[in-house]
Order: sequence, then C-alpha cells, then structure tokens
Amino acid sequence: MTHYDVVFSGFGGQGVLFGSQLLAYAAMEAGLQVTWIPSYGPEMRGGTANCTVVISDEEIGAPLMRRPSAVVALNYPSVQKYEPLIAPGGLLLYNASLTLRQPERTDIRCVPIPASDTAAELGTPKLLNMVMLGALLQITGVLPVEAVEQSLEAHLPAHRRDMLETNKLALRRGAELAQTLSVMA
Amino acid sequence: MIAVEPFTEQVVFQRPRAMTGAPTTYCPGCMHGVAHRLVAEAIDELGIRERAILVAPVGCSVFAYNYFDIDSVVAAHGRAPAMATGLKRVQPDKIVFTYQGDGDLASIGIAEILHAAGRGENLTVIFVNNAVYGMTGGQMAPTTLPGMKTTSSPLGRDTRTMGHPIKMCELLSQLDGAAFIARRSLHSPAEIRKAKKAIVQAFKTQIEGRGFSMVELLASCPTNWDMKPVDALKWIETHMVPIYPLGDYKTRVES
Amino acid sequence: MAKQLMKGNEAIAEAAIRAGVEAYFGYPITPQTELLEYMSKRMPELGRVFLQAESEVAAINMVYGAACAGRRVMTSSSSPGISLMQEGLSYIAASHVPVVIVDVMRGGPGLGNIAPSQSDYFQMVKMAGHGDYKPIVLAPATVQEAVDLTALAFDLAERYRTIATVLLDGVLGQMMEPVELPAMRALPTTPPAWAITGAAGRAKNSVVPFRMQADDLEALNLELQRKIAEIARREVRFKEYLIDTTSGSTDKAELIVVAFGTAGRVALSAVKAARQKGICVGLHRPITLSPFPDERLSQLADEARGFLVVEMNAGQMLQDVKLSVGGQAPVRFYGRTGGQVPMPDDIALEIEKLDEMTGHPLDHKIEGPVALRPVDRPARRQETSRTSRN
Repeated sequence: MTHYDVVFSGFGGQGVLFGSQLLAYAAMEAGLQVTWIPSYGPEMRGGTANCTVVISDEEIGAPLMRRPSAVVALNYPSVQKYEPLIAPGGLLLYNASLTLRQPERTDIRCVPIPASDTAAELGTPKLLNMVMLGALLQITGVLPVEAVEQSLEAHLPAHRRDMLETNKLALRRGAELAQTLSVMA
Repeated sequence: MIAVEPFTEQVVFQRPRAMTGAPTTYCPGCMHGVAHRLVAEAIDELGIRERAILVAPVGCSVFAYNYFDIDSVVAAHGRAPAMATGLKRVQPDKIVFTYQGDGDLASIGIAEILHAAGRGENLTVIFVNNAVYGMTGGQMAPTTLPGMKTTSSPLGRDTRTMGHPIKMCELLSQLDGAAFIARRSLHSPAEIRKAKKAIVQAFKTQIEGRGFSMVELLASCPTNWDMKPVDALKWIETHMVPIYPLGDYKTRVES
Repeated sequence: MAKQLMKGNEAIAEAAIRAGVEAYFGYPITPQTELLEYMSKRMPELGRVFLQAESEVAAINMVYGAACAGRRVMTSSSSPGISLMQEGLSYIAASHVPVVIVDVMRGGPGLGNIAPSQSDYFQMVKMAGHGDYKPIVLAPATVQEAVDLTALAFDLAERYRTIATVLLDGVLGQMMEPVELPAMRALPTTPPAWAITGAAGRAKNSVVPFRMQADDLEALNLELQRKIAEIARREVRFKEYLIDTTSGSTDKAELIVVAFGTAGRVALSAVKAARQKGICVGLHRPITLSPFPDERLSQLADEARGFLVVEMNAGQMLQDVKLSVGGQAPVRFYGRTGGQVPMPDDIALEIEKLDEMTGHPLDHKIEGPVALRPVDRPARRQETSRTSRN
C-alpha cells in the first residue's frame, strides 16, 4: 500500500502552492488518489503558508494530520514550526540556505538542501520550490522525477512556458543534491 | 306606423382586461383600488398583459395578485425588488413590476430598492405612499409626516427622536441607474389622470430597456388616518404634497 | 474524460454549470468565495445569468424570483450568510419552487471565524426559518462527491419542487482532489407549466407563499409533509465502510462510528487504524442528512454494541443518531468546534474508549457515563428489523 503525506511550508511567494500542487497533479496523473489542501484565511495574507498533500492508492480519509510524516520547509519559520510536529521516523527536508539553526531531533530524518543557493546558481532564485520538490522525490521515491516533469509540461501556466526547461533543470538538480547527500549519509 | 330609433349600446367604461374582477378587500375610501386600476389600464393600453409579471408586497396589497389577471408572485416583506430582479434577469423580455407600500419599500426593503435602482435594474416600481403601515393598523412609517399621530407615535412623530420622512423619489433620483422617477398623487381626478400618464411612461421606460423606473403615488388611508375619505383626500393635498412635492424627479432618455 | 485536480468550491461551480444552472445570485463570504468568483467568469461566457447581490438577503430573494420563473437557479454562501437566507428559504418552501443552495460551513456562532465547521447542521437540516418544512440536505465527503451531489441536488430539487442543499465545510471547499466532471447537460427548453412567465395564451399563474385561511394553510402544510415523507421513503443515501452485516460474519462491526462530510472521511482513517488494532468497528457516513438514514441506523443498533458520533460541532447530528438508535445501544460523542478539524488519532482514541466502555459483546457489564444498552431488547424492535432486512 502506498500512502504518503507531506506538508509544504514557506513564505508566500516561495512557490509553496505551485510546488505542492505539482506533486498532486503528478500523483493524479499516475493514477493515485490525492488530496491537496492549503491553509487558508488571514494567514494567507503574508507570513507562512502551508499546503498538505496526501497520496495513496486507496480512498483517502483524513486530508490533514496532526503529525505529518514529511515536511518540506522552504524557510526557517517552517523548520521551527514543524520540527516538533513531524511523526517519529518522519522526514524534514529543509532549505539550508535560509536556516539559522540545524534541526535537533534525532528520531526523524533531517535533510538540508541548499535550495535557495542552488536556484540562484541556476539563475532562477524563484525555483527553490522545484529544487526542494526534486529532492523530496529522490529521497522518498513517492513518484519518479519524470512523472513530475510531465505534469510540469501539462500544468505550467501559459505565461511561464518559457521557464519549462529551467523548472525541469531545478527539479533534477534538487534530485541530484538529495542523491549526493544520501550517498554521503 | 311609428318609426322606432334602433337602440345602440355603447360601452363607455369597463373593467380593464388586466384585472380579474375579484372584489377587493380594501377599506372604503382606500386608494389601492384606484392605483390598481391605473396600472391595469396602462398594461392594457401598452398591450403587455401577456408578458407582465406582478411582484406583490407584504402589506395591504399582498392580495394584489388576486386582482390582476396577470402572472403574479408575492415577495417577502421589502424584498420585492430582489425577487423582481430574479424574475427579470432570467426572462428579460417580460415586463416585471413591483407594487409596494411605504413600509415595505422605504423601511424594511430600503436596501433592495436602492440597489435595484443603483443597478439600473430594468424594472418598474409602483410605490404607494400613504404615510402609515396600513395592514398592521396604522403604525408610523418612514414616510409618516412630522407631528403626524399614528398608533406607534400616539403623540405625533417627533422628529428629534423618530426622525424625518424619507423621500424616496429625491433619494433614488440621485442614482445613475434610475431612468424614470416621478411622484404623483391620487387626491383628485386631475391628479389621477397625471398619475396614469406617469405609470404608462414608467412601463415604457422598461419596455424600451432604459433601466429602473418608479412612480410614487401619494394615497390616503382613511381608516388609519381616522378621517372620512373625502377629508383624507384633502389632507393629501394640504399636508402630504408640501412634504412630498409632485413632479418628475428623473427622466433619463438614453439607456 | 480525464480527471482534473479541482478545488471543492470551483468543482461545485463547474458541476452546477454542467447540470444546467441558468442563474446564480450570491454574495462574497469566505470560505465559499471561489464559487462565486468562478460563476462570475463562467456564467456570462455561457450567456447565463450571474449577479452579485447587495446582501445574502437579496441574493436568496433573487433566487426565489428566478425559481418562480421555472429556471434552474442556485446560490452559495457560508454559515452567517445562510443565517440571513433563512427567511427567503421559508418563503421558497411555502411556494414549492425548486432551488439549490450550497453552504460551505465555517465556525460560529456570531462572526465566528472562517475555519471549517459543521455547525450549520441544525440550521440546514432542521431549517432555521419559520414554519414546517424540510429541505433535502446532501453532505459530500470528497470533491468528487461534491460534484456528483451538486448534479443530484438539481435533479431532486426539480423532481420534488423543493429546496436541495449541498452542505460541506471549508476543508472540502478549499481542498483539491481529482474529479471527473459530468458532460454538459442541455438547458431545459420549456419552463414548467406552473412557472411565472407571463399569462400568454393561458390562465394566469400565481406563486404565493401564504394562505390566509387556516384550512388552506393546513392543506399547504400537509402537502409539504406528504412531500417530505415521499422524499424520506425514496431518497435516503449513505455510505458504509467495514460494516459487514452478513449474518454469522466474523467481520461484523460491533461498534459503529457515524460521521458526515469531512468528519466522516477523517473518521475513516481512524476506523481503519482501530481495525488494525483488532477493534471491530465500522463507519456509517450519511450522505443525505435530510432525509436522515434513521431506519438503517436503527437496524444497525439491533446488533451494535455502541455508537460514536463524530462532528465538527457540539453535537447536532448526534440528536438524530440518538433518535434513530432509540436507546438500543449507547451513543458517545466526539466533537470539535471553533474551526478545529478532528484528527484521526483523537477519533481512534474515542473508538478505544467506546470499546472499553461497552465491553466484550458477551459481557454486558458496562461502566462509564454512558446509557446502558438493555440486555433484553423489546421484541417488537427485533421483529421490525428482521422484516426490514429481508
């Protein structure tokens, strides 16, 4: 049985919505069940935004959970917020470029990804979400990177089409980073 | 042999086609009957009976649906302009009008009337202003005159605590969506003829798709005013007309 | 048709459009605003009516007007807006005109907040307006169900000339899930005979929400009650999980969780977790809250050790479950309010408590603040349920 739940969290503008939606699209297009739910309300006006994605090959019950099994933290406040919440044995994938303090928990897997720096190296600082998503795919194996690339082709908004290849590049770069880190670990 | 002049019968007056002939429940001296007749005559003259739709209010004229021989609905108190909006938007070829009293239109339904006018909703409103709540027994309305005694202002409307009359024609004519806004009175045959013309003009405004139209009719309520019908008509002229001046408040030609 | 990933609010709007909605009147309120915004774009594209009203009060009366014209019409709102619409709903019920209402519930009372809630159960299922009437209330738990039930709402509203509501909460409104949208239906070509369309070549029609004489008003009420009874007989819908009522089955659920909408789907996770721990528990998820699946629950109560009702309110559907169970088994309640969504762990814990309290099926010694389930149930009850099972 496949069952993943992951929270994407970050500042508004960091691509939390699109990054998490892309994963949801890819899951749907792979024939899996999926739910995507954003935090909504006053907190969407600035501050930290988060989206929860659940992927399963069975009917999905709860679309929200108190203790997520994986968190993709695009900024430091998200690390602070979610480190204590992640279920034991879970995963904290965090943007090391913006993190002031290393996570301390030892009962979860904490993986630093220098996402902002990597995206900036690619000349597209905004694509840190794709770097993080690529890393998530690599580490969890929830879906192949190619599946997400296909979803990118289908769902990248028309006015961003020129960024398609760069988005793919950022995804793959994220996956490579995660692989290197895994080998080192 | 004596030649007999052939007897010819000529109809000089009859019930308008747009009325059913059901006896009304209005009080003696009430002006609703006159107002109904004027509306029905206008409908007949314009040939719109088969596409006219009445939205009746809550108040004495809640039974109006029974007196007009046209498709009719009854709205919740004050909501006639909203209901009329729904009816008109889905069938813009129909001629939709509300028939509302002053409590209904100027008090509980003031939001609905203002916004219908503001949107330039292509509707016609027949607004009967007799300065009191009739059906509930003569309570103070937003249109009650200063100093006027009602069952809920027994010492007379004190403007310091009960406010001033709300003048709907003056108010609505300020809105760009309003195309035709006029006030007439029913206190004399001459005024009644003028009222009829205004009602025809209001319907024409809608037929031509020019936007919101309203005719306010000053009317008496002898029962709740505690006056004889004839005195009540005089009172309209002497007391109401000075506060609610007659005339055209808005006549916009373009749509 | 390929699946699409859609937000609940937008999926409902598109489903309504495909079901042939001809007019939409609404007023912005979180968390349903995407529905209104979607309509503001799509309806004019299709040459249909969209109007943003000055208030929910006006919106429901515009809906009333368009419904009198025999047109397929809807509005949507969220809890405080629905409160404002109750007057209009009462008039609509009295007039026997079909309308569809979507309520994306948020926390109350008062201005409350915009977080998800199920505390409109009473005001929707029981109807907060004056008079004796009952709408049809459909409670989806997934975005796909929201799509399917929106189409069904139009069908039922027209079939019975009644109010049909789709009742969901902010979670479902905001959540994206894959959906398969139905094909676009053709719009009705001729309005029904009773519609207010102008008395051309026929006697005039009237739609009147009152009857001055007591006899006449009672007749109107009796007609409404007849309709409610017919709907109750024909339109009950629910979904059950891990409830095996096969006689002699070892998988038979001894404990029943009852929950609708978002609470229902969260409860499913908890029920599955509890099953893994060896607790024989199943989920009954009402889809029609009105008509309520009372007969089915009563049937389940014949054999169940206990019930747990889970809601995102302080216990509203709970009352209907208790009436259905009729004292045959203890009914526990777990609810969250204020915009809190119950979590699977919390519900699983409640299931464990219920399991402990109701004891082993062969051991009727029960402790705790729960009504005792009578060891010897009245024979009449058993007779009825045997008949209904056959």
